[in-house]
Amino acid sequence: MANETPLWEVFIRPRNGLSHKHVGSLHAADEVLALNAARDVYTRRSEGTSIWVVRSSQIVASDPDQAEENFEPTGDKIYRHPTFYDIPEEVGHM
Amino acid sequence: MYSQGLIGADGSTEETQEFLDAFQKRIDAEEKIEPNDPMPEGYRRTLVRQIGQHAHSEIVGMLPEGNWITRAPSLRRKAALLAKVQDEGGHGLYLYSAAETLGVSREQMTEELLSGKAKYSSIFNYPTLSWADMGTIGWLVDGAAIMNQIPLCRCSFGPYARAMIRVCKEESFHQRQGYEIVMYLARGTKEQRDMAQDSLNRWWWPSLMMFGPHDADSAHSEQSMEWKIKRFSNDALRQKFIDATVPQAEFLGLTLPDPDLKWNDEKGGYDHGPIDWDEFWRVVKGDGVMNRDRVKARKKAWDDGAWVREAALAHAVKREARMQAAE
Ligand SMILES: [Fe+2]
Ligand SMILES: [Fe+2]
Repeated sequence: MANETPLWEVFIRPRNGLSHKHVGSLHAADEVLALNAARDVYTRRSEGTSIWVVRSSQIVASDPDQAEENFEPTGDKIYRHPTFYDIPEEVGHM
Repeated sequence: MYSQGLIGADGSTEETQEFLDAFQKRIDAEEKIEPNDPMPEGYRRTLVRQIGQHAHSEIVGMLPEGNWITRAPSLRRKAALLAKVQDEGGHGLYLYSAAETLGVSREQMTEELLSGKAKYSSIFNYPTLSWADMGTIGWLVDGAAIMNQIPLCRCSFGPYARAMIRVCKEESFHQRQGYEIVMYLARGTKEQRDMAQDSLNRWWWPSLMMFGPHDADSAHSEQSMEWKIKRFSNDALRQKFIDATVPQAEFLGLTLPDPDLKWNDEKGGYDHGPIDWDEFWRVVKGDGVMNRDRVKARKKAWDDGAWVREAALAHAVKREARMQAAE
């Protein structure tokens, strides 16, 4: 079974106004078959109004080993959030 | 939908104690483990085996019911059964994808199913002899699968848990359509009632076996519980299933084929008679009525589809070359 059928990632927009969300993956020879398969596998109960398929090999991902240095520094930057600032109540909603 | 007590999982592992402790700490904190996270080899191996068995069970599980699609007694029943069998195919695909995130290929898993190396749920090695079996399978087999799968939605491995959430959403219709079939037969003519009872007599014990061996004989269960792959023991889930099913059978006026079945006030559940584990192991090891037939059918589907897979790949290569030439 040497010929492996390529892997695709499937993204679905649940309804207009929402963004596409990753729902899973599947194997298909090309993008036409991938879209067909995605429709059958991931939208049997009106889960979506639009499908994207992307070859898994085309996805560039951040390195899990660098997760700490990538994402931890924002933890202590609380001044990026509105609640960091003291505004008297009399000023009203801001 | 048909994961059963895992057959032959070996959770043994060779990492340092420090590594294992750090991993266990994440598990105990209810953190999800994702595919690229460090994990003990035993954890990975157990999951590959369990998710693979589960996926194969979904796919092989299409066969006993597929057997009756063309003979469904009405268009309503046929549409429902067709949709159910299609769902099971989908479940198999979600699960194969989850297993693939652990570094095993679809081709490899397929090969192991076709060669007989990989196991699937023993329940599908029983034949479907009457239309009533479509009802009983939905009611009992999907019912047992739901008991098993609901706790798997909280499994520590993220991709498996997410696949299970999708699957569980789809299962409830499977059980209800099955129960409805049995209900109509139970309220029908004497022949129909007899057909329903005969079907229940044949499927009750195999359904109880779906939860796997008793806890005392389930060698690797403990490690799976500790890693939160599994949340309840085989016996606990079996008990839950029995307690839920007895009143459903009573409502239909059908009799569960176990003379020892009776309510135990003290434990707040039903006691049941002994399960024939010799039969279970015979079927698991390949000597059920339908084992050979099921693998033969899967092999035929794989072999007959070979030219389609090859043609689709060849077409994709040609099209890409043409597109590149046009750029
Ligand atoms: Fe299923
Ligand atoms: Fe099902």
